[in-house]
Amino acid sequence: MDFDPVLLARIQFGFTVAFHIIFPSFTIGLSAWIATLLVVWRRTGEERYRELARFWTKVFAVSFAMGVVSGLVLSYQFGTNWSRFSDVVGNVVAPLIGYEVLTAFFLEATFLGIMLFGWNRVPPWLHVLSAVCVAVGTSISAFWILSANSWMQFPTGHVIRDGIAYPEDWLKIVFSPTFPLRLAHMLIAAYLTTSFVVLAIGARYLLMGKHKPYAGIMLKMGLGMAIVLAPLQAFVGDMSGLSVRDHQPAKLAAIEAHWEADAPGPVPLILFAWPDEALEKNDFEIAIPYLGSLIVTHSLSGSYPGLKAFPPEDRPPLWGPFFGFRIMVGLGFLMIFVAWTGGILWWRGRLETNRTFLRIASWMWPAGFIAVLSGWIVTEVGRQPWVATGILRTADAASPVSAGVVLTSLILFVVVYGVVFSFGIYYMNRLLVRGPVDLSREDEEAGPSRTLAAVGPGGREAYGGGRP
Amino acid sequence: MDLTFDYYLPVIWAGLIATAVAMYVILDGFDLGVGILFPFARKEAERDQMMNSIAPFWDGNETWLILGGGGLWVAFPKAYSIIMPALYLPVIVMLLALIFRGVSFEFRFVSKPRHGHWDFAFAAGSTVAAFCQGLILGGLIQGITVENGAFAGGAFDWLTPFSLMCGIGLVCGYALLGATWLIMRTEGEVAERGRRQARTILLIVLAFIALVSLWTPYAIDRIGERWFSTPNIYYLWPVPLVTAGLALLLWTALERNHTATPFLATLGLFLLSYLGLAISTFPLMVPPSVTVWQAAAVPASQIFTLIGTIFMLPIILAYTAFVYWTFRGKVRPGEGYH
Repeated sequence: MDFDPVLLARIQFGFTVAFHIIFPSFTIGLSAWIATLLVVWRRTGEERYRELARFWTKVFAVSFAMGVVSGLVLSYQFGTNWSRFSDVVGNVVAPLIGYEVLTAFFLEATFLGIMLFGWNRVPPWLHVLSAVCVAVGTSISAFWILSANSWMQFPTGHVIRDGIAYPEDWLKIVFSPTFPLRLAHMLIAAYLTTSFVVLAIGARYLLMGKHKPYAGIMLKMGLGMAIVLAPLQAFVGDMSGLSVRDHQPAKLAAIEAHWEADAPGPVPLILFAWPDEALEKNDFEIAIPYLGSLIVTHSLSGSYPGLKAFPPEDRPPLWGPFFGFRIMVGLGFLMIFVAWTGGILWWRGRLETNRTFLRIASWMWPAGFIAVLSGWIVTEVGRQPWVATGILRTADAASPVSAGVVLTSLILFVVVYGVVFSFGIYYMNRLLVRGPVDLSREDEEAGPSRTLAAVGPGGREAYGGGRP
Repeated sequence: MDLTFDYYLPVIWAGLIATAVAMYVILDGFDLGVGILFPFARKEAERDQMMNSIAPFWDGNETWLILGGGGLWVAFPKAYSIIMPALYLPVIVMLLALIFRGVSFEFRFVSKPRHGHWDFAFAAGSTVAAFCQGLILGGLIQGITVENGAFAGGAFDWLTPFSLMCGIGLVCGYALLGATWLIMRTEGEVAERGRRQARTILLIVLAFIALVSLWTPYAIDRIGERWFSTPNIYYLWPVPLVTAGLALLLWTALERNHTATPFLATLGLFLLSYLGLAISTFPLMVPPSVTVWQAAAVPASQIFTLIGTIFMLPIILAYTAFVYWTFRGKVRPGEGYH
């Protein structure tokens, strides 16, 4: 059986990125939330906020470790699997990644030490500041990654000589046209993901009748964020759609499964269909008239080019963008609905007692993760067949290595990630089930007595076992 | 930009990347070394103590590896796109090993009391990562087949007796860093064992340094010429002499129960070996055919990132130093940082 090294490299990259993206989209929001809790604790002197921050820091540590190691893999894969890409656009893309390392990675990684182990070692203000540094670091990281990715989606500010991209205007490269909206979309997605995890865990504790004082804080803070962010995300998402229309029309046509090259408007919105790429049409199509025009052009009769306007070799594969988009938007609306229902209950003072709502909220924890993953599929598959639009095709970007080598490493990655991340998720879940109260009980056992502490907890607890 | 600046720019970058790699080797070197020595501690409290001595630092230490790899891509995309495919398998296995050991820091703590397999993952991951780094180093020194600016060799070109020796040598070197770190930063049985181990490991490391120093110039002509031709030999003879002096200092410091000197002397040994390596290869970026100038990114890219580096590097060094200062002092048995 013959394997195609490019296909294998794509599977490997897709697999490792898909794993990686889960963790940053959680830790960006989580670090900001922990920093917020610590700031609230400093302002109010209310110990519950500090305990809650300590509890979530444990969850954060596990998920951050997995984010770091899976990210390390990505930074080297540009070279191992995509050396032509590294060579052709290295002059432009590599400095952006370089700036991520310089401005974000060191900040996160260094202050993480104080954030995790500084509970009783450093003055509280410094500990809070470290948590803020980690939170800021994760967001700066997102800034550079999305800058690099936006340039690959719609390159500007460069010139091509002999097939190699050379930088001309760094401002245009860093702030390429699709970048600001995509950054906003990603950051809101990360905060929203965390909000729903926090909300869901709070709801779960209330349903179980455990950790009530903490559960109330989680429920309200998670819900408060979701009420604001979920509709805001719909708005930013809509604007991103307009940006895709202007800058990546082939991707838009794939998202909408819109075939006709130059049919006059109005264009219907296809809710569901089974796209057939060979026959260039949709089966089982359910569509709403006018709505396509309204959403894409913000007018009732506007039109936009369909897939047939592009030569077949320049069209993205349809399935990922089409279905991914529908899953993402569907979850987005579900999140708005749940958040606002919760808001109404809150307003009427029934938030913590309505068990139906609590049950639905407790199921919502994966919503953000799935939405992020499907949104990422829309974006990245929609860019195909280009790795850097108009400059380098994905098929021409791979390394001169044999399929056997890529296959071997792919299998290793699948096995290792399978083992490592199943354990990680199992441990995170175990921490979440135990909850914050368990933590303070550990403190009572180990904290006051130094002699007991000397024989007592080793490991992580040894750093921050007692109260100050 | 005049021609001289464009000429020196790649040299400045080569220096910066060499610095990042040196920072990585000495910083992650000692925490990998602690992982390599992990199986020799039998008691759980001792293992806790060992891990606690590096837990606040390892993540920052490992970031230098990303700066080394990322910096290579930034400043020398050509070299990056040749070296990575050529050393594909050792690079991937190193990354997988680093995954195991990286997560075992957290997993070990949260999975207590059943954490035996994460102890193993930490020790094995550290050892394999160190060994692969040695393979990568050896594979690079011995040379990479390049045609038309791309890697043109086979998947196992790196696998030679020389690179295997470099792999074992680096594991021992890191173990020495780890042992002397434990002497400096811990008390009780862990520090005592570190002192005993350091002596044995030092002898092995010296044997490896001697072996590499003889094997490399003998097997690779260009390196032999660099070291033993006149007038170079007149300038370079102090390098092995200072190395011998440092080894002697390290040995006596171990005898006299000094705490910090053994670690500092080991750092010195590492830096000197590293300097020897730099003398052997400069100005080649991908031995034997690609120089720093041929591999360099366009000046516009190098300058853009250089500005950020000049601005950020002191800040990074400052807060790295700050974290080390925050967690200074010895880790006693059964106790972390209270």
